[in-house]
Amino acid sequence: MEIPVTERQAKKIRRREILKLSPVVLLGAFAIPSLRETLLTKGLAFHDWAASQFFRKSHLAPTFSDAEVVPFEKFPINDYDVDDPGVDLAAWKLKVSGDVANPGEYTLEQIQALPRQRQNTRHICVEGWDVIGRFGGARVADFLQLIGANTRAKFVFVECADDYYTTIDMATAMHPQSLMCYEMYDRPLTREHGAPVRLSIPTKIGYKNAKYLTSLRVTDVLTKHGYWEDQGYSNYYGI
Amino acid sequence: MNPAVPKKIMEWESPRTGVGVRAAYEHPFIVRACHWLNSVALLVLIASGLRIYLAFPSFGPKIPQHNFVIIPKQLTIGGWLGGALQWHFTFLWIYIATGVIYVGYEIFSRNLRQVLFVPRDIRGVWPMARHYFLFGAKPELLEPYNPLQKLAYTSAILLGILSVLTGLVLLSPVQFSFLGILMGGFHMARVWHFLIMIAFLLFLGGHLVMVILHGWNNFVSMLTGWKKDPEYLS
Repeated sequence: MEIPVTERQAKKIRRREILKLSPVVLLGAFAIPSLRETLLTKGLAFHDWAASQFFRKSHLAPTFSDAEVVPFEKFPINDYDVDDPGVDLAAWKLKVSGDVANPGEYTLEQIQALPRQRQNTRHICVEGWDVIGRFGGARVADFLQLIGANTRAKFVFVECADDYYTTIDMATAMHPQSLMCYEMYDRPLTREHGAPVRLSIPTKIGYKNAKYLTSLRVTDVLTKHGYWEDQGYSNYYGI
Repeated sequence: MNPAVPKKIMEWESPRTGVGVRAAYEHPFIVRACHWLNSVALLVLIASGLRIYLAFPSFGPKIPQHNFVIIPKQLTIGGWLGGALQWHFTFLWIYIATGVIYVGYEIFSRNLRQVLFVPRDIRGVWPMARHYFLFGAKPELLEPYNPLQKLAYTSAILLGILSVLTGLVLLSPVQFSFLGILMGGFHMARVWHFLIMIAFLLFLGGHLVMVILHGWNNFVSMLTGWKKDPEYLS
């Protein structure tokens, strides 16, 4: 089908087709420094929402045989500040607050009295490396039940002895492999790995696996999200 | 007429020279919009991806760490790991959306056969390569895309799909563990993701060389949709 046109008409048709593409130029907004931060923050928020749609509570993280676990010495020690923030282990208690029926202070013995779970799972750092380790502890879900948490609340917010802090969304906290971890390689946590209690959440990126926990709050409202998250890292980052 | 040839054709006579011109509507709006959005997204993903890679420039264990290749930071965007992740996580959705819309449109409009490399194109690849690279005679063209182009564009579509699948395993190896197994595990997914990026760079290099060699009329057709006097109409 050949349409006869004049040269002027042909030019006009082609010019109009170029103009139709002009919205593509809007991507250039990312090149404007004052707009960039807002756009990328919105982009990350959308990504976090979309990524959270992948999460299935029934979908377990792969577990590995003891032969696949790296030797304890090769499990990296990663922190933003000091390896050992000098926790007084004998006097340690976890402060629990927020939307819970039984707020207050909980001892390590109370956490250890919950059913113990041991699992060989992969710990993945946002930097790109990963390591398969052996973790043991109580399910976060069991601890939330112990403290009478409202599991319809949105977040579990934790703070640490080294002033680190992070947030876990409730669906992930309730995942059967999410642990209040007090053991690695079947031995009590060492100071560098977060004694006496850390999080081990194989469905979350490494920086969500906070060490040396000091407090836990169940909440719907967050004034801050996490040490890295508040600097621009993903707040959801489920894996 | 070959079914892969565009149906919308206009013709006019140049008032000055009196020569007749025919133009074919080769690239519908959706294809052009997806092409430009996707190419910007791809460049952002590569540049931010390299910055993410620099946070751990290795494909081995963390202890001991053996760095593979250190890429100059000037070639990357994002500034730091967190910034690069923001770029990557934002633009991957533009990349996926435009890719899905493009392939979906191509299937729906039955235009996919224009670029889809099929077995009968195999014998046309060598003559075309000989023409491009070894000054061989130019094979006769009866459709918009020659066999070498079809091979390149079909590969690009496949690379696009594979880049997303390997990326999903890196992003969420737990939720996409079944895909990870197909790729040979989490570590191999990272290797594949990187190799696919290199393959994309090779495609991009070839693509840009061809765009330059084929001149303005060809380039402008990706903006206006219309190509003047395409060979298959003569």
